[in-house]
Amino acid sequence: MKVIIMGCGRVGAELAVMLERGGHVVTVLDMDPGAFGPLGYLPDDFRGIRKVGNGIDQDVLRQSGIEQADAFVSATRGDNRNVMACQVAKHVFGVPRVVSRVFDPIREEMYRSLGLRTINPTRIQARLLKEALEKEEEPVSAGPGAQQET
Amino acid sequence: MYIIVVGAGKVGYYLAKELVEEQHEVLVIEQNPAKCADISEELGDIVMQGDGCEASTLERAGVGRCEMIIAVTGDDEDNLVVCQVARHRFQVPRTVARVNNPKNEDIFKKLGIDTTVSATSVIMAHIEQELPTHPLIPLMTLKGGGLEMVEVRVPPESFVVGKPIRDILLPHQSLISLIIDSEGHPRIPTGETVIHAGDEVVAVTMRESEGALRAALTSPKGMTSPGSV
Repeated sequence: MKVIIMGCGRVGAELAVMLERGGHVVTVLDMDPGAFGPLGYLPDDFRGIRKVGNGIDQDVLRQSGIEQADAFVSATRGDNRNVMACQVAKHVFGVPRVVSRVFDPIREEMYRSLGLRTINPTRIQARLLKEALEKEEEPVSAGPGAQQET
Repeated sequence: MYIIVVGAGKVGYYLAKELVEEQHEVLVIEQNPAKCADISEELGDIVMQGDGCEASTLERAGVGRCEMIIAVTGDDEDNLVVCQVARHRFQVPRTVARVNNPKNEDIFKKLGIDTTVSATSVIMAHIEQELPTHPLIPLMTLKGGGLEMVEVRVPPESFVVGKPIRDILLPHQSLISLIIDSEGHPRIPTGETVIHAGDEVVAVTMRESEGALRAALTSPKGMTSPGSV
């Protein structure tokens, strides 16, 4: 599958590496050239394409090969940029699979009801944290001769 | 009419000022506290600090009773989301967005924004008006029905020069609604009105008939048969 990821932060970079290991052809797009530098999150051995540009710009998307892409993921920090880029990918370029990260639960709900595939990290993380808090502390398993910290 | 303006840059500021002068009830939503202070100092208590993309901000602004929302920030993605949230979550009857990149106009329209305004497109249209190769200028797209309002300047070599409108063949579903002569005087034409070289003709037409209409009004041969595109 040919995938374009917009936003090369922690999540975008992690996803890019996972997809590449899974045998997919990956292009990562970020507005900030520094995202691909030594302080960025992509490992040096990432073989996919790194492209600097604004993913809401249709010309940039075209240059990134969106017309041949099978999937588009937006994972920048900005909800508005994410949903706009995904709507452009879906409605202008007809990309078959489009997923947008949206932090604001209200906006996420609305765009989901408009037919966009969305992931809301805020709700997911809050739920996971709540579950972790509510869980009984598991007793430290004292294996034979081993005292481990949990 | 209660109008919410999102974004207090230069466009938002002057827009709010004009709307207030026209006796509308206006609220400007702006994130930057310094810009908020400028507006309230100069235009009075018509500004609210907040993010116009947030549903809670819009709720505080009384979006439920607003008749029009106008998003004029410098970022297209913000203007799009303001209008989409207003339309889909709060059923605001009319949404207007400033489009900074003219290539975004189509997607905004496709996504249901009622009116888009692009300074770049307007300036380009004026430049093209001066160029003889682009005599047809789209003025506005009427929502639904695929109708366009266009302006054509009649060149001296045109077939229609000196002819009354009733003798001119136009494509189907096209109507000449206004003629502005070379001195700038507008006239509402009748069948007897004669077209002169240099007249600016404002017409309503189907989008797909644009080319035929341009040919009818500008080419030396005119249109040979009605409705041929």
